[in-house]
Amino acid sequence: MSGPQRVKFYQTGTFTVGNRLLDISVRSIQSDADRHNSLNSGHRACQGCGEALGARYALDAAMHAARGQLVVANATGCLEVFSTPYPESSWRVAWLHSLFANASSVATGMAAAMKVKGRTDVRVVAQGGDGGTVDIGFGCLSGMFERNDDVLYICYDNEAYMNTGVQRSSATPPAARTATTPAVGPEPGNVFGQGKNVPLIAMAHGIPYVATASVADLRDLEYKVARAMEFRGARYMHVHVPCPLGWGTPTSDTIKVARMAVECGLFPIVEAEYGEIIGRRELRQRIPVDDYLRTQSRFAHLFSSRHLGGRDEARIAQMQAIADRNIARFGLMSARTAEKVNA
Amino acid sequence: MNKPFAITLDVGSSLANKTGSWRTERPVYVDRLPPCNNACPAGENIQQWLYLAEEGNYEAAWRQIMRDNPMPATMGRVCYHPCEGACNRAHLDKAVGIHAIERFIGDLAIERRWSVKVEVASSGKRVLVVGAGPSGLSCAYHMALLGHSVTVMDAGPAAGGMMRFGIPKYRLPREILDAEVSRIESLGVTFRFNSKVSDLDATMREGGYDAAFLAVGAHLAKRAYIPAGDTSRILDALSVLRGIESGEQPLLGRRVLVYGGGNTAMDVARSARRLGASEAIVVYRRTRDKMPAHGFEVQEAMDEGVLFKWLSTIKAETEGPGGEGTFTVEKMKLDEKGYPQPTGEFEEIKADSLVLALGQDVDLSFLSKVTGLSVKDGVVEVGPSMMTGHEGIFAGGDMVPAERTVTVAIGHGKKAARNIDAFLRRTTHVPAPKHELAGFDRLNTWYYSDAPATVQPELDRARRASTFDEVVGGLDESNALFEARRCLSCGNCFECDNCYGVCPDNAVIKLGPGNRFRFNYDYCKGCGMCAKECPCGAIRMEPENI
Repeated sequence: MSGPQRVKFYQTGTFTVGNRLLDISVRSIQSDADRHNSLNSGHRACQGCGEALGARYALDAAMHAARGQLVVANATGCLEVFSTPYPESSWRVAWLHSLFANASSVATGMAAAMKVKGRTDVRVVAQGGDGGTVDIGFGCLSGMFERNDDVLYICYDNEAYMNTGVQRSSATPPAARTATTPAVGPEPGNVFGQGKNVPLIAMAHGIPYVATASVADLRDLEYKVARAMEFRGARYMHVHVPCPLGWGTPTSDTIKVARMAVECGLFPIVEAEYGEIIGRRELRQRIPVDDYLRTQSRFAHLFSSRHLGGRDEARIAQMQAIADRNIARFGLMSARTAEKVNA
Repeated sequence: MNKPFAITLDVGSSLANKTGSWRTERPVYVDRLPPCNNACPAGENIQQWLYLAEEGNYEAAWRQIMRDNPMPATMGRVCYHPCEGACNRAHLDKAVGIHAIERFIGDLAIERRWSVKVEVASSGKRVLVVGAGPSGLSCAYHMALLGHSVTVMDAGPAAGGMMRFGIPKYRLPREILDAEVSRIESLGVTFRFNSKVSDLDATMREGGYDAAFLAVGAHLAKRAYIPAGDTSRILDALSVLRGIESGEQPLLGRRVLVYGGGNTAMDVARSARRLGASEAIVVYRRTRDKMPAHGFEVQEAMDEGVLFKWLSTIKAETEGPGGEGTFTVEKMKLDEKGYPQPTGEFEEIKADSLVLALGQDVDLSFLSKVTGLSVKDGVVEVGPSMMTGHEGIFAGGDMVPAERTVTVAIGHGKKAARNIDAFLRRTTHVPAPKHELAGFDRLNTWYYSDAPATVQPELDRARRASTFDEVVGGLDESNALFEARRCLSCGNCFECDNCYGVCPDNAVIKLGPGNRFRFNYDYCKGCGMCAKECPCGAIRMEPENI
């Protein structure tokens, strides 16, 4: 990735949120003692919620880029429910919730209104979970892309409908156990299919900017929000946010699990402009998908299959194949990383 | 009531919802003991001075070192750096070159004439230090800073002890030693050289001293019985090294045997090469891996062309026809316990001289009239406060049971000084309790980037054989800073902002540079992410009392 690496880091703290040895101007927004905290304390997200963290990371960066002139439309989902139980709100941004499906349409309207009012300084962000984005709000989203409305849409992908009790979405990975894809029978968990890769679909619309990011890599995420805000027109960000409850991980491991998803290749971090991929975040310490899957009880059946009396080698190999394909397809391994892994 | 349709309540903030009540475990900031600090015989707070050096604040780093060790420039050269042996970074790539940074800081202090001052009122107490070696100097320094009047007496002509008369110049240039000694002197410490204390009791009485610290070192060379002819060519290592320091040229000849496997043997063999010996051969009864000398010294000696003869003992010397010496050497083999056993196989080696480097004993004759002392295995026993069996008389360095290194001696001096101070003030010195160790498993090493160690420039090898110039070069500022920044800050917050950043509940309050962070327990849900993502293991999760 060209952006975040431009900063000259020192030897310690290179990958940390802050770095006391760096000049203030090049430190991360999250390390600022006076950061905006767009999502305030007291929200009702579960302990260790990746989505709450991802939303604060992204919106603080967007607020920074828009110099505080930001309006946000929110789809229904965890993010909406845990932040705004009537009459309380955790949002410290102008924020509006309408329906599950229509966040992108509401944002389109906001952008149009700002244009009419001549308020080009006010920027519009729409956000939602994977359910509201890849399934329920997908039609409205595609329309927003196609019309190239001046909106940054941010999807926080926790890979299922967590708010209603962990039901499968079309962003749920194969083999994962959810309430609607139980780990029973000869083909336990979610089906192996194509799923729905919205970043690639967004790229197919040819919109100015599409990027994936992870809560495990703050510097990269902040860079991408800032970059997205430099464009006018439809932009899309897909942020990977683990859910301790739905994935069956310890609440302390949210970032660790997100990091492993990136480092095994299952969640590729890339960016694209006008439909062409222009950057990728290379793996730093490649790991087998085994290591990643093992951390989560939604994949536990792969390692103690009742049918097979042990490891479900075939399905684990299929998952590895998906990761390998991502790595090859997006060029996630530099020669240097490959050397280290083989050593 | 002016509210929109169907709205009856005012908008409120979620701050009203104190999510801290969900918590079953609470994060707590802790300081854990970095392995380097734990390993340092002088008790330096290495992690802390590296932290200061990382900012480029070398003077603050130097002052931090000076709280424990008055001789950083010397120490950075001659200490065998057990800190680096313990360094957690070795598990990642290579240990931080702590000694090289310490040396850089020490040299900078000399160059910029940084000094320390006595900041307490005079206690009116008089303390005698016997021996101006590392232990005595360290004790004198700390006692002076604690407000006591200190007199150091030494039998030799100058301060430094083994640092001057044992360690060759190519490892410790004398201007460095002199500069650090004079800094101690400027604290008001009185030095009296060529003043051998032969009767401690009498000296104490005459000088009106309230306490004494004994640090005479171990200077009596151990001998091995080697039958020799009339014109014996057998010398001992310490007198050879002392002779070189005093400007004499010991007559070693062209082919020199050195008997022994310790650091002193290496020093003599390498010095012999510098004095013109074409061959210096170290004869040792066991194998290389059993040698007490430090690996890098053996390596440097080998690099300089010193030869080694393992598994050999010297039995006798006879005079050859041409007037040169012939030494009978018996081959040894290691038994199953690793002890060398004679094989009965002999060979003869011709050499111009044999230098014995078989260790040293302590000259305890000056203590003969002191009551209550207990001597065991040739050294004086001391309690945990470094006090001998005689009240008010403390001892340290090579003359007490411990590893015989400069750094251990410096540590003894500090420890004794703090206890002598307590003794003089009729209090008790209670050392601060040690934190739990910050082992490698406490770290989240993802956050540290790869950074290979900076290698100190080595003097051109060809030059070494003929001069006593310093062999290992120093770091310049840029690579000293690089090296300091390789520190992982094990167990101690380095304000990386990770906890502040990764908290999904904004429950970490950033207090600003140097002040670290505080948890806001009103909202902390106890997820534990901060502790997990802390790179250096400075957050502990504790069960909540519910």
